[in-house]
Amino acid sequence: MAAGNPFAIALELILERDPVLMGIVSLSLQVSLSAVLIALVLALPFGAALAMFRFPGRGLLVTLLNALMGLPPVVAGLMVYLMLSRAGPLGSWGLLFTPTAMVIAQTLLVFPIIASLSRQVVEDLWEEYREQLQSLGCSRLRAIPTLLWDARFSLVTGVLAGFGRASAEVGAVLIVGGNIDGVTRVMTTAIALETSKGNLPLALGLGIVLLLLVALVNAAAYLLGESARRRLG
Amino acid sequence: MNDMTMARGLLPLQLENVTFRHRNQLLLRDITLQFGVSGRTVIMGPNGAGKSLLMRLCHGLLRPTSGHVRWARGDALSNDVRRRQAMVFQRPVLLRRSALANIRHALALHGVPRSQRTGMAMDALERFGLVALASRPARVLSGGEQQRLALARAWALRPEILFLDEPTSALDPAAVKAVEDAVTAFQGLGIRIVMSTHDMGQARRIADDVVFLLGGRLREHTSATAFFESPRTAEAAAFIRGALIW
Repeated sequence: MAAGNPFAIALELILERDPVLMGIVSLSLQVSLSAVLIALVLALPFGAALAMFRFPGRGLLVTLLNALMGLPPVVAGLMVYLMLSRAGPLGSWGLLFTPTAMVIAQTLLVFPIIASLSRQVVEDLWEEYREQLQSLGCSRLRAIPTLLWDARFSLVTGVLAGFGRASAEVGAVLIVGGNIDGVTRVMTTAIALETSKGNLPLALGLGIVLLLLVALVNAAAYLLGESARRRLG
Repeated sequence: MNDMTMARGLLPLQLENVTFRHRNQLLLRDITLQFGVSGRTVIMGPNGAGKSLLMRLCHGLLRPTSGHVRWARGDALSNDVRRRQAMVFQRPVLLRRSALANIRHALALHGVPRSQRTGMAMDALERFGLVALASRPARVLSGGEQQRLALARAWALRPEILFLDEPTSALDPAAVKAVEDAVTAFQGLGIRIVMSTHDMGQARRIADDVVFLLGGRLREHTSATAFFESPRTAEAAAFIRGALIW
């Protein structure tokens, strides 16, 4: 690929539909979207339960969850690496340096963001709805799906933040994925590699493509959320 | 559906020496009171007298600090007993979904089988003139429409007793009329009414008996005629004249 203007390179990359680039983009999306989806399924009920129930150690758990929003990706990657390496407890699964390992690591990064936000949002909504729902004979457990559904617009923000974190990080996927060409190479690791090779225009071009992708996903979610919010008040 | 033949039996409701304390403030003290099996009770008193609090204690949303709230049968705080009551709040809390779905949600919480929910919800919407708004998001309805929807939701649940906490204080006259008509309709189904209001005219129109609270104490509980014609306490007399007492 020609050296020169990174914008021209980005445009060329997109227009040419270079199969290698397409593979990298598609793997990036697959890994990050899977991680967000899995984190969502786990974090929504977890965050909501944390909002609804009082138990010893709850404050500690909330603080820990909030702190984990800032977990450095390399540390998350290292933790997953230790779990999945040959000598690790899950070494026999043979997952290290596979896309699955990357999904696990990114899930770890996204989970605290969505769980924290859903705890906050559900707690606020419960404050507003508590009397009415209790009047209707609704238990705290039964209230969770109702509250999550009514919080759906606010939760979109959390999901987007989670997707942003997953698609932008390089440390975790690099450690557990290994940046293997055609197997575990994603946008961010490709950018890191091209940068270290000195191919700055290509690295920048890839960076622009990544930015466009993230912007596209965010715009779609924003438009969807805004129109729904307007309709439902 | 013949509502009069439904198994009843939650009433009368008996309050025995009910006291409620919050952060070392005595908000209700030593209330002993009985709500009989039928009729419309209006709870009156100035702001802060404890009207809303009293209804929340009756409805089981709050637990008395001491004393007892006793239904003819069942535990006052159980969801089971609460499902046989309904409450309409000053500001209705509606879910971010359609008007119809709001009622269906309430019916689901009451264990009504899925196949019957839409029919029952539409019946209730029709009763309150809301059919045209069935698929509209509840949160964008006007204040009056929202309160009617809250009433329709209570209607669909066929409670034995309905609590209304100043249901008209934020509404325009037409919407107030709709709420008062609804109260009459609930009464027509044999549903016990307990309502608080600031509006003296409304109290006169609705009340069969009046509970008068002042400073967290029960000052009078008599028939509406007796209360408005010859109040026993000087405070009640002053309150009826419109004097500021607290």
